[in-house]
Amino acid sequence: MLAENICLMDVEAPRVAHSARPGQFVIVRVDEKGERVPLTICDYDRERGTVTIVTQVVGASSARICALEEGEYIENFVGPLGRPSEFVYENIEELRGKRIMFIAGGLGTAPVYPQVKWLSEQGVKADVIVGAKSKNLLIMQDEMRAVAGNLYVATDDGSEGFHGLVTQLFEKLIAEGKMYDVVVAIGPMIMMKFVSLTTAKYGIKTIVSLNSLMVDGTGMCGACRVTVGGKTYFTCVEGPEFDGHQVDFDEAMRRQAQYKTIESRKAKAAEEALAGHKCKVGLH
Amino acid sequence: MANKIPRTPVREQEPAVRATNFEEVCYGYNLEEATLEASRCLHCKKPRCVEACPVSLKIPSFIERISAGDIAGAANIIAEDSSLPSVCGRVCPQETQCEGACVLGVKGESVAIGKLERFVSDWGRENNAVKVVKAPANGHRVAIVGSGPSSLACAADLAKLGYEVKIFEALHKAGGVLEYGIPEFRLPKERVVAPEIENVKRLGVEIETDVVVGRTVTVDSLMDEEGYEAVFIGSGAGLPRFMNIPGENLNGVVSANEFLTRANLMHAYDESYDTPIYTGSKVVVVGGGNVAMDAVRTAKRLGAEAVIVYRRSEAELPARREEVHHAKEEGIEFRMLTNPVEVLGDDKGWVKGIRCVRMELGEPDESGRRSPVVVEGSEFDVECDVVIMALGTSPNPLIASTTKGLDVNRRGCLVADENGVTSREGIFAGGDAVTGAATVILAMGAGRKAARAIDEYIKSK
Ligand SMILES: Cc1cc2nc3c(=O)[nH]c(=O)nc-3n(C[C@H](O)[C@H](O)[C@H](O)COP(=O)(O)OP(=O)(O)OC[C@H]3O[C@@H](n4cnc5c(N)ncnc54)[C@H](O)[C@@H]3O)c2cc1C
Ligand SMILES: Cc1cc2nc3c(=O)[nH]c(=O)nc-3n(C[C@H](O)[C@H](O)[C@H](O)COP(=O)(O)OP(=O)(O)OC[C@H]3O[C@@H](n4cnc5c(N)ncnc54)[C@H](O)[C@@H]3O)c2cc1C
Ligand code: SF4
Ligand code: SF4
Ligand code: FES
Repeated sequence: MLAENICLMDVEAPRVAHSARPGQFVIVRVDEKGERVPLTICDYDRERGTVTIVTQVVGASSARICALEEGEYIENFVGPLGRPSEFVYENIEELRGKRIMFIAGGLGTAPVYPQVKWLSEQGVKADVIVGAKSKNLLIMQDEMRAVAGNLYVATDDGSEGFHGLVTQLFEKLIAEGKMYDVVVAIGPMIMMKFVSLTTAKYGIKTIVSLNSLMVDGTGMCGACRVTVGGKTYFTCVEGPEFDGHQVDFDEAMRRQAQYKTIESRKAKAAEEALAGHKCKVGLH
Repeated sequence: MANKIPRTPVREQEPAVRATNFEEVCYGYNLEEATLEASRCLHCKKPRCVEACPVSLKIPSFIERISAGDIAGAANIIAEDSSLPSVCGRVCPQETQCEGACVLGVKGESVAIGKLERFVSDWGRENNAVKVVKAPANGHRVAIVGSGPSSLACAADLAKLGYEVKIFEALHKAGGVLEYGIPEFRLPKERVVAPEIENVKRLGVEIETDVVVGRTVTVDSLMDEEGYEAVFIGSGAGLPRFMNIPGENLNGVVSANEFLTRANLMHAYDESYDTPIYTGSKVVVVGGGNVAMDAVRTAKRLGAEAVIVYRRSEAELPARREEVHHAKEEGIEFRMLTNPVEVLGDDKGWVKGIRCVRMELGEPDESGRRSPVVVEGSEFDVECDVVIMALGTSPNPLIASTTKGLDVNRRGCLVADENGVTSREGIFAGGDAVTGAATVILAMGAGRKAARAIDEYIKSK
């Protein structure tokens, strides 16, 4: 348990751990009746053969993932899916010369972490802004602090760090004289949209990681299609990272909400089924 | 001996009833009906039916065994040439293959070869009648990518030859299109598909699901790190095509693959499963192949009014004739010579209709099909809240793009000769991944040929 309704777990999956790179994700099917749920790979340990995932309860399947007890099994765990972050392929020397800022919103902290960690291992210190609604929803602060250059915190209600949105904090830093070559934003769609609008003003290249709806995650169904620069892409194979200035966020948000009414009905049923069962999973 | 009786009708679920459930449409023959139908075959000296079957099934021989009351014998004859006969008997386009060539069809009705094959194989499976001869283990290892019909056939043949075979499947369930694409009401999963896969496993074939080749492992890592001496790629043609018309990303527009995967693989029609499916009240399916028929009939069963929109005329519908017939009986509306030009949305971004133009048939093209041309000024709108695109699929580029030196053609298909030999030594391919979307029987046939080629390759090393 990291915060209310958010849990972290290490899953034994040697093949996935062996091939995982920052920016990729897995698809988890918790049991026979579960949905195929895409979750970002938050960390991996090749030696132990484990992959770390962080799940937020939003519906029926994610609720059952979080209801798992330590030592229990997940029915299916497939990955790593999607393309690794672009910088994995970049020249390390060039990367070292770059000023990089990560902006993580809410749960986005989890997927940002492996990227910052990977960079730190290559000797690249990236700045990080972490934003959340409130102090009790901030996750992985210590881990992040250990690998980030400067860590800035923003909360909507001012209960910790900067009082306001991540975009406001970012503009404040710019006003104070900071500048970046690249911004990587991961979090709710709406946040990534506004970060992209903000960075566009300063002409800063921006990468976002889209969490579209998915079914198979292998390019077979097209559920995950997004419009980027006027062209349609399948997020699961051509993403999940795209140029934030090119993404049609309004369409992406609308498509993400497609199954809302059906889902909330199923979620309610699941909640009733799980009543009394508290989320306890996590080796941490 | 041959007689003048008409083709034996097959018992089916009432159209009005079956349009509301997912039970199998066709009940198939019983012993009595099969015996009667078998008596119609002329046992031709040069059987045209056999020539027209892609795997040259010994049709008159197995039919003769039915007449002799030896169903087990019939099942064993079929098993010599087909590794998935219960499936092929159900889904082969018989009217363009075996039955289309049957001499009885010239003047009257062909022998119901598919239904007989289905009867015999179902019986054979339920009674464990098929003897398998398995060579002793030869110590060689082969990896197979995908678990569709091409892979299953290839794996089964290699296992019988004594190879240690492992299948790697990306999804959580084996079977390929048989599992995620073709619906329950045409091909029952628990009763037909699962036992066929079980049989392959019983030969010693191992199946590892949740492995995406190209991501979790690569073809090269299977050979270099895991020690497989050859790899067969039967990854199918799963990439859906869209029309690239305005409005295609509106909420409510889905590919047939997405719609069918939600329904079949994820059991979305069953409330107790988490995966949702949306059918609205009126569904338009664009396309005219088997995939379109499966999507439209699934939509109907989920309670929607369901319409097919196809740009050519009925004679050109590529779907199996039986499926078109069944769809019509179930109350599916067919709008022929109609082509969508735009999907229309409401102010919230949901589909509210589809704008179409009428088509007329022009001159025949190289393939001999008359290609449709737009009738000027014929635009009209059809109201609907879901649009399903069933426009065909092509191979997923993932494997080709992660395997060096593996050639693909312009259409994205892996290049392989008729024995499945690709541009890379030790790598073989077959099925839809090579031909583009085709049929179960062709995929199965390709898998078997590749198995022979792999055997020769490994022995000659
Ligand atoms: C590449 C990728 C990486 C992701 N990484 C993570 C992660 O690390 N941790 C995590 O908790 N979640 C992550 N997500 C989101 C996660 O997959 C969804 O929250 C999950 O699918 C919900 O499943 P469910 O069955 O519990 O809820 P559902 O019943 O499917 O949905 C419940 C509600 O959430 C909404 N919803 C569904 N999917 C999404 C989505 N993708 N984004 C926003 N709202 C959605 C629905 O519209 C509905 O209102 C990721 C998604 C993608 C595509
Ligand atoms: C809805 C529908 C209806 C059809 N109806 C008929 C019919 O009535 N009659 C008929 O003859 N044919 C029909 N077909 C066509 C027929 O199903 C296919 O031609 C046949 O299944 C092809 O077999 P295959 O083995 O080549 O590939 P597939 O059956 O497509 O199997 C490929 C498998 O490989 C897996 N895979 C793909 N990429 C990877 C990877 N990178 N790593 C691991 N695994 C991977 C896929 O998940 C899949 O399971 C239909 C097809 C569809 C979609
Ligand atoms: S395998 Fe198909 S084509 Fe061949 S005989 Fe059987 S049904 Fe006919
Ligand atoms: S062509 Fe027809 S009649 Fe002749 S052997 Fe084949 S099925 Fe029998
Ligand atoms: S999730 Fe199916 S194609 Fe991307």
